[in-house]
Amino acid sequence: MKRQMTPKERMAIDRVKMPEQDPQRRIGNFEEVNQGLNEEQAIREAQRCLLCKNRPCVAGCPVRVRIPEFIAALAEGDLPEAARILLADNTLPAVCGRVCPQESQCEKVCVRGNKGAPVAIGYLERFVADWALAHPEKLHKESQPTPTGKKVAIVGSGPAGLTMAGELARKGHGVTLFEALHDTGGVLRYGIPEFRLPKRIVDIEVKRLKDLGVNIECNVVVGKTLTLDELREEFDAVFIGNGAGLPIMLNIDGENLKGVYSANEYLTRVNLMAAWRNDVPTPIIHGKHVAVIGGGNTAMDAVRTSRRLGAEQSIIVYRRTEAEMPARIEEIHHAKEEGIEFILLAAPVKILGDENGWVKGLLCQRMELGEPDASGRRRPVPIEGETFTLDVDVVVNAIGTRANPLLTATAPDLKLNKWGNIETDEHGATNLPGVFAGGDIVRGGATVILAMGDGKSSAQAIDAYLSQKN
Amino acid sequence: MFEVLQNDTLAPNVHRMVIRAPRIAKARQPGQFVIVHPEEGGERIPLTIGDADPQAGTITLFIQAVGASTLKIVNTPVGGSIRDIAGPLGKATEIEQWGRVACVGGGLGTAVLYPLAKALAESGNEVTTIIGGRSKPFIILAEELAAFSTEVLVATEDGSQGQQGFVTNVLQDLIDNPDKRPSAVFAIGPVPMMRAVAELTRPYGIKTIVSLNPIMIDGTGMCGGCRVKVGDETKFACVDGPEFDGHLVDFGLLMDRLSMYRDTEAKILEELPKELRDKIIKVKR
Ligand SMILES: Cc1cc2nc3c(=O)[nH]c(=O)nc-3n(C[C@H](O)[C@H](O)[C@H](O)COP(=O)(O)OP(=O)(O)OC[C@H]3O[C@@H](n4cnc5c(N)ncnc54)[C@H](O)[C@@H]3O)c2cc1C
Ligand SMILES: Cc1cc2nc3c(=O)[nH]c(=O)nc-3n(C[C@H](O)[C@H](O)[C@H](O)COP(=O)(O)OP(=O)(O)OC[C@H]3O[C@@H](n4cnc5c(N)ncnc54)[C@H](O)[C@@H]3O)c2cc1C
Ligand code: SF4
Ligand code: SF4
Ligand code: FES
Repeated sequence: MKRQMTPKERMAIDRVKMPEQDPQRRIGNFEEVNQGLNEEQAIREAQRCLLCKNRPCVAGCPVRVRIPEFIAALAEGDLPEAARILLADNTLPAVCGRVCPQESQCEKVCVRGNKGAPVAIGYLERFVADWALAHPEKLHKESQPTPTGKKVAIVGSGPAGLTMAGELARKGHGVTLFEALHDTGGVLRYGIPEFRLPKRIVDIEVKRLKDLGVNIECNVVVGKTLTLDELREEFDAVFIGNGAGLPIMLNIDGENLKGVYSANEYLTRVNLMAAWRNDVPTPIIHGKHVAVIGGGNTAMDAVRTSRRLGAEQSIIVYRRTEAEMPARIEEIHHAKEEGIEFILLAAPVKILGDENGWVKGLLCQRMELGEPDASGRRRPVPIEGETFTLDVDVVVNAIGTRANPLLTATAPDLKLNKWGNIETDEHGATNLPGVFAGGDIVRGGATVILAMGDGKSSAQAIDAYLSQKN
Repeated sequence: MFEVLQNDTLAPNVHRMVIRAPRIAKARQPGQFVIVHPEEGGERIPLTIGDADPQAGTITLFIQAVGASTLKIVNTPVGGSIRDIAGPLGKATEIEQWGRVACVGGGLGTAVLYPLAKALAESGNEVTTIIGGRSKPFIILAEELAAFSTEVLVATEDGSQGQQGFVTNVLQDLIDNPDKRPSAVFAIGPVPMMRAVAELTRPYGIKTIVSLNPIMIDGTGMCGGCRVKVGDETKFACVDGPEFDGHLVDFGLLMDRLSMYRDTEAKILEELPKELRDKIIKVKR
């Protein structure tokens, strides 16, 4: 056994820097920006962890990954053990290590961060997860569960549904996952771009589920192809994880001009339908000057995508200031490196068109911050008379999404809240016996890890429900 | 994968395909459509469900090859299969007791009209069908429609079949005849045709339903790409339609938005083998 490092030695190490693709180069491709740590970097970073007794980082993680434990194994160079711990707590660590807002969760409360920078938990999670994906033969073999004979239907193959599928299959239940689109992954597939989350990773995760015996059926739109009632008849329990995919429109003049996209359409064309490749027929308007409205992850993904599609100028238009932006700090930082312009305290008023119905400009209203609103953030208020026009040929609306009523409209007995989200108890149980729900359809637009957390906790509730139901 | 059981050519570039899709066949109602995704990385193409046989577990699609994706679909041989078909999508036609209705189909729109006309007739309406096309080879489904229509009237631009002229001329005659005047009109075809029908019936206050065909992606209300303007409201055709009150539809906007990818489509067409390209250009004209 190696000598344990002293806290002082640990404190002396500086936080690792993620190797990144050079900004000038990466705006010309869709390859991943963050290149991942090498083993030496990862082990050294792992040695920074103080292995705190009270483990605040674990409480900061919505699925309670045993952070110090997996990091300790990594620091020892015992990757199979690190992977075992991580995979037991988090079904999609290669995804979370890339897209989790670590800075506001596990790393935010990391003790190491009281003096200097927190341990790069996300980077380490990604490192271990990628190692596990590359070395399946070195992983601890999962024991094959005994089939219970119970059948569960899952609606939606986003992070909530995928997590649920894995959890239930490991308990021996027969799982069928229904997905409306022609491919799996939900937002991981159609929303988050290749340069942040390579689709190869989603593919591997999905394959792992198939190997566990999960039956995946794409092209099934629940509410249309099959109804919730039909699922309830055929299956012993149903989990609904259909996300919050309905775009909120701007409701301003010019919104129907050619060249105006919802972020959902823009990103779906590029990601799910691969418009970024030039060997596929999917068309997309490659703007020269692109304005993206919004300040969240979706807005950053869209604006950085536009740059990669060849825009000379890509602009974020956001009605508050950078401090209020909901996007991850890393995304904002990367966007800036890529030459994205930020026009803050500005709200769209009207989209201007040319005589052929194409976008030619965006009229904006200058804003200032007033009193805090219900969310605690200062409310943007218009500065009377101050407007300006941006000359742009593509406008992408990334102001947000809501619950899509397609499924719920055909299930009138299912209890919803006033925004159309499904109401559940803390275990994800809805008002209908045997029907559970989680992820964005319950929370509204949230995060990958919260959706996964819901999948995990509801899986326990479903398992309990199934064992008392004969 | 969805197996192709039958694939016939009805008119130049117009195919009737029977495909195994048991769940869709069972759930489908007239007026609904599917989204077909023929290949990885390909477009998602909305197509009306022309007919369905829930017992046999099959659906029938009528497809006009107008571009690379539809061409790919119609070139799937019997015994071959189509990668993805999702549906049934959209609202079903609201079948009411209108008494006498006129169903007007233009070009391929006739195929989209077929299930609707059939459903109207089956529920007791007296259906007069008007079909139009450029010339005789483009007139499709006349016999099938005759099976349940009181009358099938044909109009061709060159007079090679039926009356010479447009479907609107024939419809005008019906309206002018007190014994035949319809109390509702269903019009499906190229946008200019639907617009002309809506303009024709407007002064008479005859309810006119049209089926809109904007560019779609998901078909489930998730992208907003299919938005159309109806009255003062923006609607998503895939979930709020595809059928709307023709007197309220902004046809100009629909036509304009349909041209959004014209350049890309032209480029893709350029890359097709010459023989196929010519075939398509002839139909598109
Ligand atoms: C562009 C973008 C970037 C984001 N970036 C981040 C990030 O960096 N970090 C982060 O933590 N979060 C991010 N988020 C948020 C995160 O992706 C979501 O919170 C998360 O994906 C929600 O998971 P879910 O499983 O509830 O639903 P989704 O991922 O939305 O999946 C729902 C699935 O259900 C399917 N479905 C819908 N209706 C039906 C039906 N009727 N029948 C069958 N299937 C149906 C959908 O097609 C979809 O595949 C981002 C979101 C977007 C849009
Ligand atoms: C609800 C609905 C029902 C339809 N039913 C039928 C039908 O039963 N039979 C049939 O032959 N056609 C039908 N269409 C039209 C059909 O979807 C288009 O002809 C097809 O998408 C053209 O694709 P392409 O790649 O072959 O041609 P392209 O060369 O790409 O396009 C030719 C033209 O088709 C339109 N178009 C292109 N992509 C789409 C798209 N994803 N969605 C809608 N329109 C598009 C555009 O106006 C374009 O200019 C329907 C459309 C809708 C919206
Ligand atoms: S899942 Fe997210 S919050 Fe949890 S440890 Fe990993 S990066 Fe941190
Ligand atoms: S809080 Fe930070 S330093 Fe402490 S155990 Fe967690 S990761 Fe390590
Ligand atoms: S096709 Fe996407 S919302 Fe209608």
